[in-house]
Amino acid sequence: MPTSTDPGRPDPEATTLALTRDGRPVSDRGDTVCVIGAGASGLTAIKNLKEHGFGVDCYERETGVGGAWNWRHDRSPVYASTHLISSRPFTQFPDFPMPDDWPDYPHHSQLLSYFERYADHFDLRAHIWFGTEVVRVEPAEGDRWDVTTRSTGGYGPERTARYAAVVVANGHNWSPKLPRYEGLEQFRGEVMHASSYQDPAQLRGKRVLVVGAGNTGCDIAVEAAQQAAQCWHSTRRGYWYAPKYVFGRPADQVNDSLLALRVPRRVRQWLYHWTLRLTVGDLTRYGLPKPDHRVYETHPIANSQLVYYVGHGRISPVPDVARFDAYGVELTDGRRIDPELVVFATGYLPRFEFLDPKVLGDDGGTGRPTLWLHAFAPGHPTLAVAGLLQPDSGLFPLAHWQMVLFARLLRLRQTRPERAAAFAAKAQARAGERYTGLVKDSTRHWFEVGHADYLRAVQRALHDLEGSR
Amino acid sequence: MSERVRVMRGREWARPVRPVRREVLAATPELEEGRPPLLFVPGFGHGAWAFAEHWLGHAAGRGFPAYALSLRGHGGSDPAPEATLRAYAHDVVQVAAGLPRQAVLVGHGAGALVVAHALARYPARAAVLVAPVLGGWATFGAALRRNPAGTLPAVFGGRLRLNRRQLFSRELPDADARGYVSRLGRAGRRAQWQLLTHADPEPAVGRPPVLVLGSPDDRVVPAAALTRAARRYGSAPLLFPGMGHDLMLDARWREPIDAILDWLAKDPAPEHRP
Ligand SMILES: Cc1cc2nc3c(=O)[nH]c(=O)nc-3n(C[C@H](O)[C@H](O)[C@H](O)COP(=O)(O)OP(=O)(O)OC[C@H]3O[C@@H](n4cnc5c(N)ncnc54)[C@H](O)[C@@H]3O)c2cc1C
Ligand SMILES: NC(=O)c1ccc[n+]([C@@H]2O[C@H](COP(=O)([O-])OP(=O)(O)OC[C@H]3O[C@@H](n4cnc5c(N)ncnc54)[C@H](OP(=O)(O)O)[C@@H]3O)[C@@H](O)[C@H]2O)c1
Repeated sequence: MPTSTDPGRPDPEATTLALTRDGRPVSDRGDTVCVIGAGASGLTAIKNLKEHGFGVDCYERETGVGGAWNWRHDRSPVYASTHLISSRPFTQFPDFPMPDDWPDYPHHSQLLSYFERYADHFDLRAHIWFGTEVVRVEPAEGDRWDVTTRSTGGYGPERTARYAAVVVANGHNWSPKLPRYEGLEQFRGEVMHASSYQDPAQLRGKRVLVVGAGNTGCDIAVEAAQQAAQCWHSTRRGYWYAPKYVFGRPADQVNDSLLALRVPRRVRQWLYHWTLRLTVGDLTRYGLPKPDHRVYETHPIANSQLVYYVGHGRISPVPDVARFDAYGVELTDGRRIDPELVVFATGYLPRFEFLDPKVLGDDGGTGRPTLWLHAFAPGHPTLAVAGLLQPDSGLFPLAHWQMVLFARLLRLRQTRPERAAAFAAKAQARAGERYTGLVKDSTRHWFEVGHADYLRAVQRALHDLEGSR
Repeated sequence: MSERVRVMRGREWARPVRPVRREVLAATPELEEGRPPLLFVPGFGHGAWAFAEHWLGHAAGRGFPAYALSLRGHGGSDPAPEATLRAYAHDVVQVAAGLPRQAVLVGHGAGALVVAHALARYPARAAVLVAPVLGGWATFGAALRRNPAGTLPAVFGGRLRLNRRQLFSRELPDADARGYVSRLGRAGRRAQWQLLTHADPEPAVGRPPVLVLGSPDDRVVPAAALTRAARRYGSAPLLFPGMGHDLMLDARWREPIDAILDWLAKDPAPEHRP
């Protein structure tokens, strides 16, 4: 049994053994693996690497675990009312279930307590350096990595340590994606991105325009319907607003009953359209635009209340924004509206400021890494990205299996190098593979995955790796 | 045991096990010594009470936080006549994950089979299988030979009855033995059948070290079955001659629990096979 007392932390006074390419001193951490971030993905990385016998150092810029789900963190995107959109069985780690007396769709505070319990149960905190930010990650010889850190906020000296492998788990829901509009600078009203929306009090009594209909935009529009004086909801296309429950069960569980039977996507789309038509009815009757795609072709929205509030007249659906001026907004259909507050719920962009984009196969610097299984970088067999996925269900089981795969790969590098090499060759050949049916081209869909397609691919990779096929 | 890990768990996602209220009894040491918690899982018909008699207190006395649960439909847990092996394993994993630290799972009788399945859904620190009933036709044959009247009804969905002579040695005072037997309940009909028909457990998460122990004089689990069970996990069984199947209630209950705690105190390491 591994003991719980070994903190496994790099000793700052450790003998300096090497130099970086530009001559800075590096402390050598031997076979230890570095994990960047202690959100859900980082925690499952530590847990699984530890379970496979590795030493782990994790760096976390905040002072607690839980990442996005820790609302105390300044970059946390959750707001007071956030509840899961994926029901419990799809959201919990496969080997550490949430309590079965929790609701189908737990609250964000429950999620944080779940991650905190996960960290304590598996004794992960001893591996985490809190308040420490990774500022640079550079390849070193022998497929190793030089990781440079400093105290969050830039105080204190930088330190560099050399690791056998690196897991990037820095999250992708913290750097706002903000559209540009003509005249936005002149607009006299208040403007914010959803990332700084926390509490319905921010909307109370105001005329509010919400832009974007991801799950964030829909949640905020519903809160505005309850709190604001008026709510316009601007979308650049029509969507399928799927209820959280169908036939008295969480909708994702019903959908997976069909998936388990391997019902083809076309048929499932048809069944879904038909179910929505029978329950919610024709969306255009409510004044919502007709979807320009079939269901499952945009990231799913799970929101039972949006259509309801449109029906109450508390949400007015409007088209895309054309331009701003000092006193209002012109829409693409020529209409003018005069909101006091505009909330851009236009999503987030992944960012890896500490890493040369080329390392992740993003040679053009477009912000879209080209990886195999959205996790493994061609040419860098000891690097993995965890949780860089936009699944049609919960993210955490997917991140868990990514890390099981990576931990086994690292072990095989020691015991069966030829298998590890075959894996690396596959990462090279198959980088950029997709794991979803057709989706709409949009800035957010390049890493959309269907959970069944994706997990099946991971399962195949695991079995290939272990030669058990 | 199958060697291939199963990532796709469509049925578990789409049809989660129904929650129930579960009875958990505990004895915790006065001083927290950093020992891993133990979770005792009783076999079919038994409840948490079977461990509360002696083993919980004894383990706590030696510094191990000790817990025992009653599987659904047993002891003080909610009734569950339609329970399956999956539901039982779910109960174990739920309680284990609710403990403050990574737990050691200790299963007795058919509870050992439940533990073997739970190990595929929870990375235990270690596991102990006590007089394990891992199912299959051989176990059934042995039970039929030794106690036809108690075993046969189970085939038709009736209750599986174990008698005093199967469970205890003659050293245990008759009154005690009678008392324990009167507290026995029954497992779900479907779960009883699954003793014969269940699929092999999936590989254990994290490859925990596993200890198998029992008695060569156990009239439920033949010595050969103990050896077979231990071989699955790459070891040999620890034997306590002269004891009955219910090692935690029999007169010499202290010997097996001390052996378990001694083994744990030595910090057995997980297997790191590639
Ligand atoms: C409102 C909202 C609701 C959501 N609901 C769901 C849902 O219902 N189901 C679901 O599965 N997903 C949901 N998501 C997606 C969500 O992003 C993921 O659930 C999850 O937070 C991702 O975990 P992560 O560990 O990958 O990233 P994060 O939680 O973002 O964690 C990353 C961690 O890395 C740290 N970090 C970043 N950069 C550095 C650095 N340079 N050095 C050191 N540390 C660093 C951060 O401080 C953070 O703690 C939701 C997202 C939002 C915005
Ligand atoms: N309750 C919950 O559990 C919950 C709540 C919120 C978010 N989440 C999750 O968090 C992640 C992020 O969600 P999100 O809603 O913040 O972002 P998102 O899914 O990226 O949605 C962004 C929305 O803004 C639109 N948009 C983007 N750029 C635009 C532009 N320039 N002009 C006009 N519209 C634009 C997008 O339209 P297109 O359709 O054209 O792309 C889309 O409707 C998702 O995985 C989501 O499921 C979960």
